[in-house]
Amino acid sequence: MLTRSIGEISMTVLTSNTIEIRSGDDVVRVRQEVRSRAVESGFSLVDQTKIVTAASEIARNTLDYGEGGTLLIERLEEVGRRGVRLTFEDQGPGISDIERALTDGYTSGGGLGLGLGGAKRLANEFHIQSQPGKGTRVTIIRWK
Amino acid sequence: MDRIPILKLGDALLVTIQVDMHDRLAMALEEDLTAKIAATHARGVLIDISALEIVDSFIGRMLDNIAAVSRVLDAETVVVGMRPAVAITLVELGLSLAGVKTALNVERGMTLIEDRIHADAVDRGDLDDRPDE
Ligand SMILES: Nc1ncnc2c1ncn2[C@@H]1O[C@H](COP(=O)(O)OP(=O)(O)O)[C@@H](O)[C@H]1O
Ligand SMILES: [Mg+2]
Repeated sequence: MLTRSIGEISMTVLTSNTIEIRSGDDVVRVRQEVRSRAVESGFSLVDQTKIVTAASEIARNTLDYGEGGTLLIERLEEVGRRGVRLTFEDQGPGISDIERALTDGYTSGGGLGLGLGGAKRLANEFHIQSQPGKGTRVTIIRWK
Repeated sequence: MDRIPILKLGDALLVTIQVDMHDRLAMALEEDLTAKIAATHARGVLIDISALEIVDSFIGRMLDNIAAVSRVLDAETVVVGMRPAVAITLVELGLSLAGVKTALNVERGMTLIEDRIHADAVDRGDLDDRPDE
């Protein structure tokens, strides 16, 4: 697990930066940084709002369930389109049943259980890899 | 610790959320509002979120909680000023905010609350419901 997805040969990474997610203030910073990258990529206000909301959900999961971790933000360019890719990684307890975790309404922590499913709907591409005892990686891409 | 101010506006309370909410602030707001509803016998709570650039499920849950607690204390919660981009995103996120009423702005939200107070008074027989005109 935790291998990079392939098939991105024609994709250029324009910029990238990493943010530590260790506290609630870091989640606020994640939202600000993702917003800035989305603006730089020419996203409409609605598209900005969608990717920032998805980022907020996954960042909070990284903090609350994953014992903290990192976010890699990349601005992408492909033939004819621009996008933002967010890769959240933690070395927390992992998810034993990913299907269940993705189900709307399922929560192990008193949330609304909409974070993973909602982020998937708000993104154009969504990948989740997790191994119990090792950690979790969630990657989302939103194209302009 | 910071707290979000709660203003009294007629028979209602007005909360304007201006900052990016974090956990402690959300919890403090729930507590403060509950205490203030009980102390003032407010019949409505207006929560102005026009400054919020996003509403995620954390904020959504806070709004739901406030509405549920307020209802038990006989006050109605109206969320006002949600930005259009936020509303569009909420639907896709899957947040229904089922227990929360919404209005375009504070004025319209206030009208919703006043209508309810009036309807209750009519039910009790304190007022007749013939229009004044
Ligand atoms: N990074 C993570 N590490 C471990 N478990 C996770 C992680 N992210 C999500 N989960 C699990 O998936 C469940 C669903 O997540 P989510 O849809 O965001 O709902 P909520 O955050 O409201 O619980 C969580 O309750 C948790 O059990
Ligand atoms: Mg979550």
